[in-house]
Parts: sequence; C-alpha cells; structure tokens
Amino acid sequence: MADVIEVGAARGDAPPPAGGTRRPGGVTARGHRATPYLFLAPYLVLFLVFGLLPILFGVWISLHQWDLQLPNRPFIGLDNYRDLFSSDSAIYGDWWSSLRATAIFTMLSVPLLVVVPLGLALLLNRSFPGRTFFRAAFFAPYVLGVAVIGLLWRFLLDANLGLVNRLLGVLGLPSDTPWVTDVPWAWVSLVGVTVWWTCGFNAVIYLAGLQDIPAELYEAARVDGANGWDRFRHVTLPGLRPVLLFVLTTTILASANVFGQSFLITQGAPGEQTRTVVWRIVDEGLRDYDAGRAAAMSVLFALMLAVVSVLNFRLFRYRED
Amino acid sequence: MTRLRGVLRYAVLLLITAVFVTPLAWMALTSVKTYADAQQDPPSWLPNPFSTYGYDQIINNTANPVLRWFVNSMLAASLHTLLVLATASMAAYALARMRFRGRALSFALIVGTLFLPPTSLIIPNFVIADRLGWLDTLTVVVVPGAASAFGVFFLRQFFLSIPRELEEAAVLDGANHWQVFTRVLLPLSKPALATLAVLSFLTNWNDFLWPVYVLFSPERLTLPAGLGLLQGAYVTDYPVIMAGAVLASVPVLILFVAAQRHIIQGVSRSGLKG
Repeated sequence: MADVIEVGAARGDAPPPAGGTRRPGGVTARGHRATPYLFLAPYLVLFLVFGLLPILFGVWISLHQWDLQLPNRPFIGLDNYRDLFSSDSAIYGDWWSSLRATAIFTMLSVPLLVVVPLGLALLLNRSFPGRTFFRAAFFAPYVLGVAVIGLLWRFLLDANLGLVNRLLGVLGLPSDTPWVTDVPWAWVSLVGVTVWWTCGFNAVIYLAGLQDIPAELYEAARVDGANGWDRFRHVTLPGLRPVLLFVLTTTILASANVFGQSFLITQGAPGEQTRTVVWRIVDEGLRDYDAGRAAAMSVLFALMLAVVSVLNFRLFRYRED
Repeated sequence: MTRLRGVLRYAVLLLITAVFVTPLAWMALTSVKTYADAQQDPPSWLPNPFSTYGYDQIINNTANPVLRWFVNSMLAASLHTLLVLATASMAAYALARMRFRGRALSFALIVGTLFLPPTSLIIPNFVIADRLGWLDTLTVVVVPGAASAFGVFFLRQFFLSIPRELEEAAVLDGANHWQVFTRVLLPLSKPALATLAVLSFLTNWNDFLWPVYVLFSPERLTLPAGLGLLQGAYVTDYPVIMAGAVLASVPVLILFVAAQRHIIQGVSRSGLKG
C-alpha cells in the first residue's frame, strides 16, 4: 500500500494553484479558495454521515441500553461488553458460539483461498491461446451475488434432490451425505462453495502481481541452473510477497465477515452451529432490536479483526528482513 | 515432451473450467424444467420437456413480485452508480489536483476506512438511516453505500497518473477548475470511470445483507433480498427458485461479458494498492 500512496502524495503536493502560471510541475487552473471544498463536499457529506460518524456512533450506542423500539436509551457504561464475557448472561452462549463458527470458517477457508488461486494464477501466467477465456471462466462465479450462489448451492447440495449427491450415486459412491444439515459436512460445504465462488477474484490479483515480476529474474535463475521449484521459491514467492500480504489480509477480513453463505445454504444448521458473528450481530440488533448489545459485539469484533490484521503485517514485515 | 505438456495443460484447464461452469449451467437448465423433471434420479441433464413453468410462476406472482424486485434492483444499482461516479470523481479531482487546508487529513481518513469491513458499521448505519426516515425506501439502498472509500481512492490514483501537461492548453485559455475537470480530465479518464461504474453496479446489484434488513415491504425489496423470500416460499420447487436466480444473474453476466476487461483491470488495480 505504502508505495503507491507515497508516490501519489508526492505528486499531489505540487505547488499551489498560482493563477494559471507556468511552472515546472505544469500549470493548474485558477480558482477561488472555496473551490476545493465545493469539489469535495458531495462525497464528504456521504463519507461523514455513513463512513465516519457510524464508527463513533457505534461506540456510543454500545454504551447504552439501546432498544430500537423504546424511547428511553439509558447509559449503562460497559454493561453490554460485560454481558459478552460473563457466562450467566443470556447472550454469552450465542455470542461465543458465533465466534467459534466464524473462527472455524475463517481458519478452513483462508488457507485454501490463498493457495488455490495462486495455483490458478500460475497456470494462467503465460500467454497461450484461450488464456482470456479460461481467466473469464474462473472469474465468472464471483460476479454473481451471494443470494444467487446461496440458492444455487442449497439446491446442488440438497441431500435428496441435489446434483452433488446424485452424481456421487452415479459413480457408486455414498449418495446420502447431509451436506447442509450436519457437521462436519456443513463446514465442507460452506468452505467449498466460498472457494468456488471467490477464488477467481484472488487469482486475478495474483496474476497482476506475477506480471510485475521482471522476466530477467527468471532468466538469471535459469542461467544459474535453477529448476522450476527453485524458481518458484526464490523468484516467484519473494516477488509476490506484497501481493500475498494483501490477499491474506483482505481474505481474512472477507472470511471473518461471512454471512450470506451460512444464512442461505446451511441456514445455521445443525442447530445454530454454523451461525456466524455477522449474522448474530444483525439478528441481535435488527431483528431483536437490542442495538446496544449488537453494537458492543460489532466494536469488539472489529477490534479483534484489527489485531489480526496488525499481527499479519508484523509477521510478514518481520520475515521480510 | 513440450507438446505433451501443452495437451496436459489444456486438459487440466478444461477440467477446472467444468468445475466453475457446470453449477451455472445446471442453474440455467433447471430453470427451464418441469417440477417432475427436476426431481429425476439419476438427474437428466437436458430439460425434457423444455418448460417455462419456473418463469411463469415468478412472472404471475403477487405474493413474490419478482419482476418488481428486478426493476427495483435496476433502479437502485443505476442510481447508486451515478452517485458514486459524480461524488467520487469530484472528490478525487480535489485530492489529486488542488492544494487546500485539510487535504492530507481528509485523504488519510478516507484511506483509513478502506480496510474497515462495511459490516462493522451496519448497526449505527441502520439507526442513522432510521433517523433520516429512509428505512424501507429506495434511498436506503442507493445512498449509504456510496460512502465507500474505494471510488475516491481509485480515481485519485488514476488522475495522478495523467500528465498535467494535457491540461495546460485549457488552463492557458483561461479554463477554471470545473472546465478542466469536465472537459479535459473526465474525457481522459473514461477507462477508469467505466471500471468504477461496472464495479459499483455489480456491488450494489449483488448486495444482500443490507437490503435484507433495511427493506420490509414485499414490493420494495431488491432482487437478492427477494430471492431469500422465494426460497422460503418454494422450498424444493427448484425450477421456480432457479428461474429467480437466473433473473438475478443475467444482467451481471451480460455486464461481465461486455466489460470483462474493465472488471479484471479494476480488480487487478485493487490488488496493486496493497
């Protein structure tokens, strides 16, 4: 991230608009002092109301007993947070069970979503006839929304009517696997569908990164007698490090915020074992109207993700030295 | 040896392609089957007979007005895209081409929210939308999402990559900022604007969580939110459910085929920011 932003900032810091005069950095149109703010204003209003204010407002709500249906919202300090940590509160079991579900999904899906797309990208990283077609085919599921892929895979994984079990039956394999109603199958389904749905996205990002690795490095390695595996380890992987870090970080965030897949495919089953954190938060806040408690969960969860992201950067930076 | 490897490569690629494409084909095929045909075991690949049953069900449907949802989604995604293009391009111009107090701060704040998952703001944003009286309206699925930092960041980077010399002639002719922006910079930025437009449309069209919770009346829903209802109403009547899924897929698949280059480039660039 740093590189692009710094380069950008340096260029943006060109001298102030001096009334359309010529200077080394080029010329800039003349304008009133208020002009920049007028250009910025429409977006800034949106950003302040729906991007920045909610961060602070969320913390504020979490400090209140904030029932969406009641007019009085008494300040209760950290009670909402305390409830999430005390085993005798009504929410404790549901909250930790949703964290467990999210953790399981994230730990199973992230490694696959980091490795599988890298394999796809390596397969596509040289020019050959049909390359654009294959790239498009791998990416296609990603342009569909989670509602579509959720309904589709609920159907494909239906234990009785679904294509998956029926094809297994045709092949003479067990054809009664409860893909969406029992564990561990439900996890296999949620992770599998998510990999199928989004791995084209990560593959495209890897491809862009692979194309930035200078061909001379591969040539030099070849001259030094490095085989394919050596070149992958000593040229490809180091060259991809920033991209890997980006993919890892965004994939962890995306997986930790999983909602639609479990909402539509497993519908939380069995019991509520696949009910995720985001689902628990919106149900608590927007279905059961306890916005205070839901906001406390959001804040706590955002902090957990921030810690994971920071650790992530630390780990990779350290290994870079 | 190299020839064998070539053949092997295509075999592997075709196999992987089948994994990605078969489920989508199955969705389309099932949508034109009869209820009985969709239940066959072992499954029949091709519809026999070809049937418009699924589509008839969702077209003549007052409890689940699927066509209305389609229109709502079209309107929402189009208006959202226009809003993003207008606001993000103006803000990006200010950040890329002007110097003013608070520029560094505003840019830092905007970039700071790039990695913030939108789901973490959903509770406060719901309360804010409620106070504005926007719940269960078209506005609530058009406006709040346009606060995303991606568009501004993406266009700012693109504007910075355009040499200022290209604006010189206009400035020497006495053009003001608005004229430079609309007559020089925007026409030069068509590829970036197209990319942002396509990505914004896709994001809004596919959005699921937010519309499910902020829209209540059946006739106000967007298509993805409505599909959840359809699943509940038709349970295992899969031709009907798949017909709904096809209706939600066709516009984005057309957009993908037509603007593949823009989508792929946009995604590639989003990686380069990392």
